[in-house]
Amino acid sequence: MSLERRLLIEQGGPGHRGPALPACDVPVRPLAELLRGARLRTALEFPQVSEPEVVRHFIELSVLNHHIDRGFYPLGSCTMKHNPKINDELASLPGIALAHPLAGDDASQGALRIIHDLSRTLAEITGFAAVTTQPAAGAQGEAVGLMMIRAWHRARGEGERRRKVLVPDSAHGTNPASVHLVGYETVTVASGSEATVDLHALRAALDDSVAAIMLTVPNTLGLFEPEILEVTRLAHEAGAQAYLDGANLNALVGLARPGDLGFDLMHINVHKTFSTPHGGGGPGAGPVAVAAHLEPFLPVPVVTEHGDRLRWDHDRPRSVGRVHSFYGNFGILARALAYILTHGESGLSRVSRTAILNANYLMRRLMASYDLPHEAHCMHEFVLSGRGLRKHGVKTLDVAKRLLDFGVHAPTVYFPLIVEEALMIEPTETETLDRLDHFAAAMERIAREARESPKILQDAPTTTPNSRLDEARAARELKLRWSVPGREASVAAARSAERQTIGRP
Amino acid sequence: MGYPSDVRYTREHEWARMENGLITVGITSYATEQLGDVVFVELPAIGKKFEAAKPFGVVEAVKTVSDLYAPISGEVVAVNEELSSNPALVNQEPYGEGWMIRLKPRDTAEFNQLLTNRDYEKLLEEQHA
Amino acid sequence: MSFVGLSDSEEQRMLRAIGVGSFEELLAAVPKQARLQKPLAIDGPLSEIELRRRFGGNARANAAESAVSFLGGGIYDHYIPSALNALAMRSEFATAYTPYQPEVAQGTLTAIFEFQSLIAELTGCDVANASLYDGATAAVEAALMARSQTGRARVVAAGAIHPHVLQVLTTYLDGRDLTLVAERGGQVAAEDLEAALGPDTACVLYQHPNFFGLLESPQTLHKLAHDAGALVIAHCDPIALALLEPPGATGADIVVGEGQCLGNSPSFGGPLLGYFACRASLVRRMPGRLAAETVDRHGRRGFVLTLQTREQHIRREKATSNICTNQGLLALRATIYMGLLGREGMREVAELCVQKTHHAALLAAAIPGYRLPYDGPFFREFVLECPADAAAIARAGIERGILPGVDLGRFRPEWRRRLLVAVTEQRSASEIERWADVLRAAGGKG
Repeated sequence: MSLERRLLIEQGGPGHRGPALPACDVPVRPLAELLRGARLRTALEFPQVSEPEVVRHFIELSVLNHHIDRGFYPLGSCTMKHNPKINDELASLPGIALAHPLAGDDASQGALRIIHDLSRTLAEITGFAAVTTQPAAGAQGEAVGLMMIRAWHRARGEGERRRKVLVPDSAHGTNPASVHLVGYETVTVASGSEATVDLHALRAALDDSVAAIMLTVPNTLGLFEPEILEVTRLAHEAGAQAYLDGANLNALVGLARPGDLGFDLMHINVHKTFSTPHGGGGPGAGPVAVAAHLEPFLPVPVVTEHGDRLRWDHDRPRSVGRVHSFYGNFGILARALAYILTHGESGLSRVSRTAILNANYLMRRLMASYDLPHEAHCMHEFVLSGRGLRKHGVKTLDVAKRLLDFGVHAPTVYFPLIVEEALMIEPTETETLDRLDHFAAAMERIAREARESPKILQDAPTTTPNSRLDEARAARELKLRWSVPGREASVAAARSAERQTIGRP
Repeated sequence: MGYPSDVRYTREHEWARMENGLITVGITSYATEQLGDVVFVELPAIGKKFEAAKPFGVVEAVKTVSDLYAPISGEVVAVNEELSSNPALVNQEPYGEGWMIRLKPRDTAEFNQLLTNRDYEKLLEEQHA
Repeated sequence: MSFVGLSDSEEQRMLRAIGVGSFEELLAAVPKQARLQKPLAIDGPLSEIELRRRFGGNARANAAESAVSFLGGGIYDHYIPSALNALAMRSEFATAYTPYQPEVAQGTLTAIFEFQSLIAELTGCDVANASLYDGATAAVEAALMARSQTGRARVVAAGAIHPHVLQVLTTYLDGRDLTLVAERGGQVAAEDLEAALGPDTACVLYQHPNFFGLLESPQTLHKLAHDAGALVIAHCDPIALALLEPPGATGADIVVGEGQCLGNSPSFGGPLLGYFACRASLVRRMPGRLAAETVDRHGRRGFVLTLQTREQHIRREKATSNICTNQGLLALRATIYMGLLGREGMREVAELCVQKTHHAALLAAAIPGYRLPYDGPFFREFVLECPADAAAIARAGIERGILPGVDLGRFRPEWRRRLLVAVTEQRSASEIERWADVLRAAGGKG
């Protein structure tokens, strides 16, 4: 017999409740008098569960997760590295966690100092002049960067003409989505035979309608662009700006600076390179660093120094405007600063160096068992292809699922799009040789199983809390909330019922 | 391969069947194999007019999505309502119950320019060569 | 230092296994002139002891280290139960990433599903997503969704909406197609809204309770918007919704807001928790992640991310939004918060806020020189017109260990004598008394 795990709403019931609140110590007046005229709700179908059972519920859920503190997590482009615990403690200090964003500058000098220190430090690491910490994630950083590019072209009277953004076919999906969001048009540039930028294709695409090129360096195959200085030069020659998607900064930190490569601006995924906990999918933070000519366009407000005091400067007439409710993901930014300070200059250069070494070591070992589409040395990650397993009736997805049985997370799969059956592997610098060897051994065993007994892969995983889940059923039924009496849990059903009442006018 | 000979094909993997002066449109079994489990089909309203080779809807699988292109120009006279509650029909019977829309053609000559099953098979072979 | 786990001899072994003589050979593709020419000028390395000293100093330079807060304006000082911190800080939640492999991410996925369920219930909507960056960008995403749904361009923002929400909206709309309907007496006046609506109106956005803490009349606003063929976006405080009629139940098409108040720290305004809920018919246009129930091969219930074809990694430039992450850990905290407080606790928190806020307002209004400029009903926050500059009162308060309210002068010069005061369930009667003392003393000086 196997008991189904229960949701909170399926536990407890009337008479069960969590922690007590204090009795009201001010004179109590009827709500109807205080909120006169307001319509109040008649029911709130929330769970009624005791504190011990709520605690058990979430502990039970927690142990179902794979996470970096438990094991290897080679998710390409996500930089799953060790998250130092001191950083969480620092962000939880009352003076930091309880700081209110509208307390006023005089009451917030410590918080302003952290933002100021981080901004300066990130500018130095990336080789740029200034930083905004407002963007809450890399994707928002991209959009903000493109807004600044748009503002810069407008200021030069070229806003109308320059509407296109060149994006390589190996780019993250966020790039074209961000381009669309700011009203630009994506022009996809095919990669050359070495999977890096094809200079001929780039030259052909660059004209006076191009606002920017967006590149990831190293690219999503983990390859450094050998012609990068020429690429950014060509962009500038055509009057375009060069934007760097900073997702792969872990390969560059302390080794090369994007500002020195000719880029005009970039976003920094601090949850990747600077190791803030990924939180099950966020929060991250995506500060944007810019060269001096873009500084006037930074989002408002900007921290400025006045002697030993810091202030928010809101008077920035050329700014693109505000992009976050306050100043960005401060708690995350504080952790990132602590991480950088822990390393210092010497520690940071060891980060990229070891990340590159670890990736090359794994790549050379695994190329014997899997297809390696591009043989050049990689930077901090590399991409294998599972296409050779197809003849055994095995897909990359099956390899990914089987890996879970070995207590490691699967790599990023089916990305980048330009590699068939892609497996994108990023080991990061915090893995030991033992861990790398264990992962390699698992991958090798899986390749053998694919040849000898493919069913093991097709049935995998078997040791995880759930076996393979039916994603098609999920998308067809669309049960997006738990059932409570009188409410339709399936959105598919609710939508059919509602179809007559709303639609595109 | 064996694609039915009673329908015509597009290079974008739609099929079209002429019956009583109307054209029924769906996607080929090759397309459904490439897509995997279809989870949603977005279809146009009846009365909407489309030009040949222009998108008329969207078919979604779990992790891919594809536009649907009108094989010929015409006006939508029927859509397969069944697909809204049972999109799996597209996988199960792509040439039958999994049909998508019915068009009143503007010019039936366009139909005759579509690929035959032999042309379509040849196209697929070339794409995989 | 670093967290690298390799010795020098292991490095040498690895280089030999790779087949290169030195690490430099691996960097063959990186042009020499692109390499860093001189060491980075950054502080560190610092040990944990040194880090604590440095950040401890920063923390003490913020008034929040010791002061009692009556600040609101979108960020509130609600109590965070101890069990919540203990659970949410577990590595299993904090150091996992996006649930790309659902078989080893059921903890995260189940929690997201529960979050969606609780938010849908709270807002009266059919469906909620896994969260967005913050309340401001949630409003932006809602406006963009309404535009794509209706094929109309104009966004009408009605009444006292948080100025920062309006600023972010202006940024994303590129300064176009946004009509502001000014408040009248602190609230939206139906006739003002009606006059602003037209055939190009995609949506009406209002805040409830609004920026001044006042309740709006949702039903009236919903009807006016729908009569004009526009969608309704309600921007709501989730604690208030424990008490108020949910806007989704009276016709709001989209309900969004800031969920920081649900068990998350103020943290100088970030990270925050944007929530997003809507009608079932809009689900395919929703931005952000969605978890859905399904079964595994053994028929056991489990949860997966669904409708991923809306998202950027598949649909690229045609995606409904460019967002990839949600605010996973904050959504988890909100889920635990709502789970712990439950049906009774949520309501009690909301009622305590109402009682204490009204108590404070009465006290203040009785102090000579202070007055309440608005008549409408308010929830947890109110505007106080002061006899002196609010900034001066705030400074005087900090000296007494009280942050007496948000100086509204920072938003508009004509509001410089206004404090926006929030009173949560955390504030005791004696703290409220000390707050009133600050007002008395400062008002006398003014």
